[in-house]
Amino acid sequence: MHIMEGFLPHPWWEIWWMISIVIVAYGVYRLSKVTKKLPEAKPLLALMGAFIFVLSALKLPSVTGSCSHPTGSGLAAVIFGPVIASVLSMIALLFQALLLAHGGLTTLGANTFSMGIVGPVVAYLIWVVSRKARLPTSAGIFLAASLGDLFTYVTTSAQLALVFPTAAGFFDAFLKFGAIFAITQIPLAIGEGILAIFLFDFLAKYKGQLLATMKVISLPITAHEQEGKE
Amino acid sequence: MKTQYILLIVVMVALFIAPFVISPSAEYSGADSAVEELISNQGYEPWFSPIWEPPSGEIESLLFALQASIGAIIIGYFVGFEKGKKAKK
Repeated sequence: MHIMEGFLPHPWWEIWWMISIVIVAYGVYRLSKVTKKLPEAKPLLALMGAFIFVLSALKLPSVTGSCSHPTGSGLAAVIFGPVIASVLSMIALLFQALLLAHGGLTTLGANTFSMGIVGPVVAYLIWVVSRKARLPTSAGIFLAASLGDLFTYVTTSAQLALVFPTAAGFFDAFLKFGAIFAITQIPLAIGEGILAIFLFDFLAKYKGQLLATMKVISLPITAHEQEGKE
Repeated sequence: MKTQYILLIVVMVALFIAPFVISPSAEYSGADSAVEELISNQGYEPWFSPIWEPPSGEIESLLFALQASIGAIIIGYFVGFEKGKKAKK
């Protein structure tokens, strides 16, 4: 989903930067509120950042014969809400732009928008709906994480199609970029969904109380309650 | 370990082995660079280049590994810490 450095001309890179910077700024504000109100959530925050770091560093092979990487931002959105996931994603993207020449500074706004805003928002909405629909937790987490991942790449395809439409127009270009990005992403998104289940299950078991305080899950009826207290 | 976990791990491993079975002769280059090429072929010249680039593929994979290991250390620390805390009680 990385749009390479310099691949978004004026005025597009400025537009995405402006949108992203507003949301990330709001995310920073939310972040400081959460950590002030709930200092015990800080390790969880580090964990979510770490999950994004690992997943976005893994370039995995896909059935299309090319490689791409998952994002990890969906799980952060489920636990901390989408705008905090935006902040964490931007940090990972900045690391990659500066040290790996992966993505770029001019395209950081656009990349933050796809991986840090659209992906997390999609993941969060799916999680909320899955709760309402009383789906099993694992199913909700899986759908949220994998579709958040997939929609990140759909967004990148749309962002590029806006700038580089083919002779047949935006939609034709969108399909062309989507064929490369989104199709490649499908198995990776499934993998991300599975990894998210593992980590979330662990958290529900060991940090159930905290997740309940954060209103991620309603308190489980299990015996985990007591040890979650600290 | 729960059976579902084992099953999920098997699915995941299969997902990432499948590509090599389906298309063993593919290049497995990055989707990012495939798109980059597509755009460059339309005659687009990037107007800005990275301020620093890893000097070689080795350095690049070093930094990718560094990124992954930073994340993995934190996850491992967190998981071990919580498990240890619970075991103590």
